[in-house]
Amino acid sequence: MTNVANLWSYLSTTPLMWLTATLLAYLAASTFARRLGHPPWANPVLMAVLLIAPVLWISGTDYATYFEGAQFIHFLLGPATVALAFPLWENRETIRSSVAPILLALLAGSVVAAGSAILLARAFGLPDEVLLSLAPKSTTAPVALGIAEAVGGVPSLTAVLVILTGIIGAITVTPLMNLLRIEDWRARGFAVGVAAHGIGTARAFQVNPVAGAYAGIAMALNALLTSLIVPVLVRWLV
Amino acid sequence: MLPTLGILLTCQLIGEAVARTLALPIPGPVLGLALLIAALLVRPGLVETLRTTVGVILANLSLMFVPAGVGVIGNLDVLSGDWFALLCILVLSTILAMLAAVGTFIGVRRLTEMRRA
Repeated sequence: MTNVANLWSYLSTTPLMWLTATLLAYLAASTFARRLGHPPWANPVLMAVLLIAPVLWISGTDYATYFEGAQFIHFLLGPATVALAFPLWENRETIRSSVAPILLALLAGSVVAAGSAILLARAFGLPDEVLLSLAPKSTTAPVALGIAEAVGGVPSLTAVLVILTGIIGAITVTPLMNLLRIEDWRARGFAVGVAAHGIGTARAFQVNPVAGAYAGIAMALNALLTSLIVPVLVRWLV
Repeated sequence: MLPTLGILLTCQLIGEAVARTLALPIPGPVLGLALLIAALLVRPGLVETLRTTVGVILANLSLMFVPAGVGVIGNLDVLSGDWFALLCILVLSTILAMLAAVGTFIGVRRLTEMRRA
């Protein structure tokens, strides 16, 4: 028994353990989602997180130890963002023909994402620092953290709100668009990319490659626009 | 696989360097994305090098959010007493943003198509 305990105490502190756990949890979650035909509620990010969290809790592993292994996967977010150039390039003809819808939908989505968050937070009577942390929630995490810091929000709160927004967008987009009978994959993808950044984009790629390409454009452009409009909206609305 | 990783990492590295040097509000990887588009404009043949590995990366984009997602679980106490209000706001605001974007996209597309027709 002590041997098993020793082995566990060794393994649970190595990066290998948590790198493997993250990969296996994701494989289990994505296989499950695929078998069911990718229903909206079976979100692979959420399911993988819900598989790993109890293991960390039961084994008493802190996040810093977990992240030593998981950082190798986390690191891939950067190259994966660069890789979004590929679907943009492949779809350049259709994108060229829809420049006007793209730019205006970007402006509308970005302003409503940040503006509605600020106004709703005021309606709920939340304190200013929470409101400022909420404003950049629809943009990709590194940009959102920078904006939150610049306008006086709490970056650690923003980090949580950004991830939750991504999961909410990824789960709600399919039922919402089906309800509205929207069949244009470009519009569907673009909407989820503006509102729910990379996690929404990951969902779009699951459903349709064109939706994925448009979600990728929306996410990249929104990273730019949100950092310009949030400071302005904050001056008006807060 | 390795040439693709080399291309992606080089674009990201240059993107990070430019963003940092010029103190731009844009993250390095987003500049790297723009740079890769520029590279494809100059050398369209690159697309065949990228196809397979990029396909695998984009099909598994969800995987890369799992470490940050696990961090959220450990950090949920930052939501404190406001968690219910915050959850309502996130759901409403996300849906409103999607409605605004999809409505504008389809509306403008119809207008421009009408003008062309």
